Amino acid sequence: MKTISYFSLILLMVAASACSKKDNYDPPKEQVNGAILYKGDSIYLEYNRVPYQFYQYGFGKVGPVEQTFTQSGVISSILFNGSYKFIVPNGQGPFLWPKTAGGAPDSLDVTVSGSQQLNIEVTPYYMVRNASISAGGGTVSGTCKIEKIVTDANAKDIESVTLYINKTQFVSGANNIASASVSGADITNPDNVSLSVSIPAITPAQNYVFARIGLKIAGVEDMIFSPLFKLNF
Amino acid sequence: MHDTIEKTKLINMKKYISIFSLALVLITGCSKTDDEFLDIPPTSVIPADVAFSDPALVLAVLGDLYNRQLDFSSLDGGWSTFADFSESFPSDAGSYNIVQRTGWSYSEWQVNWFDSYAYIKDLNLFLQRDSASTELSAGDKARFMAEGRFLRANFYFEMVKRMGGVPLVLQPLIYDISKGDVSDLQYPRAKESDIYDFVISEAEAIKNDLPADVNVKSRATKAAALAMEARAALYAGSIAKYGAKTPQVSLPGGEVGIEASKANGYYQIALKAAQEIIDGSAGSYKLYEVLPNLSDNFASIFLDKTSVNQEAIFIEDFKANGGKTHGFTTNDQPFSFSDEGDDAGRLNPSLNLVEAFEKLDNTYAPLPTTDASGNFIYYDNIQDIFAGRDARLAGTVLLPSAVFKTGVVDIWAGYIEPDGTITTSDNAVNQKPLPGTTTPVQVVGADGPVNGLALRSQTGFYIRKWLDPTVGSGRRGRGSDVAFIRYRYAEVLLNAAEAAFELGDNATAANYMNQVRKRAGLTIPLAAGDITFDRIVHERRVELAFEGHYFYDMKRWRLANVVWNGSPMSKSDLVSNIGSATKKNTQPWGLWPYKFYNPNSANNGKWVFKETLPSTVTGSNLFQLGNYYSRINDDVIAANPKIVRQPNQ
Repeated sequence: MKTISYFSLILLMVAASACSKKDNYDPPKEQVNGAILYKGDSIYLEYNRVPYQFYQYGFGKVGPVEQTFTQSGVISSILFNGSYKFIVPNGQGPFLWPKTAGGAPDSLDVTVSGSQQLNIEVTPYYMVRNASISAGGGTVSGTCKIEKIVTDANAKDIESVTLYINKTQFVSGANNIASASVSGADITNPDNVSLSVSIPAITPAQNYVFARIGLKIAGVEDMIFSPLFKLNF
Repeated sequence: MHDTIEKTKLINMKKYISIFSLALVLITGCSKTDDEFLDIPPTSVIPADVAFSDPALVLAVLGDLYNRQLDFSSLDGGWSTFADFSESFPSDAGSYNIVQRTGWSYSEWQVNWFDSYAYIKDLNLFLQRDSASTELSAGDKARFMAEGRFLRANFYFEMVKRMGGVPLVLQPLIYDISKGDVSDLQYPRAKESDIYDFVISEAEAIKNDLPADVNVKSRATKAAALAMEARAALYAGSIAKYGAKTPQVSLPGGEVGIEASKANGYYQIALKAAQEIIDGSAGSYKLYEVLPNLSDNFASIFLDKTSVNQEAIFIEDFKANGGKTHGFTTNDQPFSFSDEGDDAGRLNPSLNLVEAFEKLDNTYAPLPTTDASGNFIYYDNIQDIFAGRDARLAGTVLLPSAVFKTGVVDIWAGYIEPDGTITTSDNAVNQKPLPGTTTPVQVVGADGPVNGLALRSQTGFYIRKWLDPTVGSGRRGRGSDVAFIRYRYAEVLLNAAEAAFELGDNATAANYMNQVRKRAGLTIPLAAGDITFDRIVHERRVELAFEGHYFYDMKRWRLANVVWNGSPMSKSDLVSNIGSATKKNTQPWGLWPYKFYNPNSANNGKWVFKETLPSTVTGSNLFQLGNYYSRINDDVIAANPKIVRQPNQ
């Protein structure tokens, strides 16, 4: 008798848990991939620093799906089909984001139907061009050209240019083992900025480092970077 | 046979059911007198009109409202509310993230929106009911009214410090269900300056309804209102002035950011309010100068709750064996004489803070560990390295070999030989023989420092401020009843000094600042010309350390993104630029004492010191522009679309 009642109880639980499909959504599955670009060129950013948001209206309360660009400015989100508004929040990123007349950041309409590519064109204040970084003799040296893109009333000065090296591929002001910097005022020829930094002892030992050149724009919090280099030595 | 019995039972049962239902119908359908009979006033709830007829009951209601005030650092809020910003190291295995993260999330330090407005609603209801009361005496009524308004203003002040302008709701909001529309309950954010103006005007409006009595500390007084006003005006003034350094931290509607033109007006208000306390019109407040030892005297400000203490203006009081205590002493007492074996030593002041305490000749210098050529300096006594410093150092921090309760804090990191070899162990109970000997001896202090050994100091220092020397205060069961001082006279003096300095009156600023410094043993007065912005910043940091000011000060001066810039802190960063307002403070360093071991040397047994970054510290503080004003969550904005987002988030 007892065995039967336990058995029926378990059966009931199994049945209850098996048939609750009715009130659940399928998970989102449409892959939206892309990057933030300037005239087709990648904009390199700091890891986990520059956020972007998707808003979808029509479901009552409004809140964004927020993520951050990767170091190489890549967007990667999984969404439901539908129409969204895409935005980079105010004051984020080393680029000019379109604004409304009121000064608030303007949003882009994005319609998701199936997996798709989403490339966003923006105007960065500067670009770090022709970067070349090499290692040798315990030193990492890099050169680059700084191209000033925004030259109108919104133009900003260079605060500093810094060569960062790190043990891992995350290379930035917050993640580095050594850096060398030149301030904007000391840059005489923006077409040829060269920097070098000596490689400190690394524990545990490894025979490679990652390096990037970052440009800090005066009055803008987020830096813009050169592509990432992996250097063996 | 069996069946018949069952049937009879069933019929009987049906009969009972019909009788019972009839009875039910009769009861429910019955006359009005029964209605009244059932309408019994609940014995566990006191209705508003009864509560507001008796001053003792109103005080009970008010007691709850006092308890719900919010402080940035608070003794009952846990030791970790004192721990961040590299002013200390958290020696607690569960809290290492404080020194391992690389920055703060935008929602850090936010207020709980719903709890906060529930509290504001209760305050508004309190004010409404108090003013509607007919049975309270006019004097009681006015004082309760003023206390309620003080608590509301002080709470809005706390909100504006964290969130910028918030919806300013001054009456209880009641949802009219018949209208089915909430839009008139949705308040937009007020301007940041509006909230500060509100705090200032409330303080002015209520100050004369509050007692001007130095012995009233845990309830609002005239001095508390004025101290709040002075601090609020000072904050507003500095946001207006220094906000120019970070123009991105503002919103077009003024919800964040204050126009630079308003700065002087606010500084004048701050100075005037502070001077009203200083000139004695709010009660006879003065600096606590009681004990001959200046360090003990400084520590006593925070322990002495008798009428001798005329410095404390407004406190959050506690009572041992009376139901309201806190575990600050339990959590932070030195390990070797902890009242609870596994509860101690969590809050370790950093060398960054310790070396900021200046020398008695008013100059800044790192603690001398090596001479010009890089050789160790040998000290006969472990405390000699701290000699000739601001007395507040030993009053704020338990230095190695400091006396607490009846014991001596045992802090030393091991034996060091001339070639730099160190003999130490992972715990004081694990003894080792010294080089050339075979008898195991203790080779590290019972109170630390050992890297990664929690509950002992890992910087070489323990906290002294707020640490209760009363017997039993370190036990979990008893707890400590040291009061948390929210406003005190020395801060009022420093507020006045800063306001005067910003208004260009350096002589007045020097006069107020020198009073505070003299109490700390810095008897050479600063001249008017010595008062600089850096001096003001420095004085507040050392006088008000671990009182919940440092973070808000860095924010309002817009220094937070400069001092916490996210880059790691090297030893040369540590020992240079001491006293500079923009000095980096991203990682908490320690100062580890070693016993010199060389039986053939005259220096054998003397002390040497090493600046040490605890190995647990892997992150560095990064304060982004978006951190200046904490996030307003999406659910809040979704519920009230009139609320605008914070800048840079």
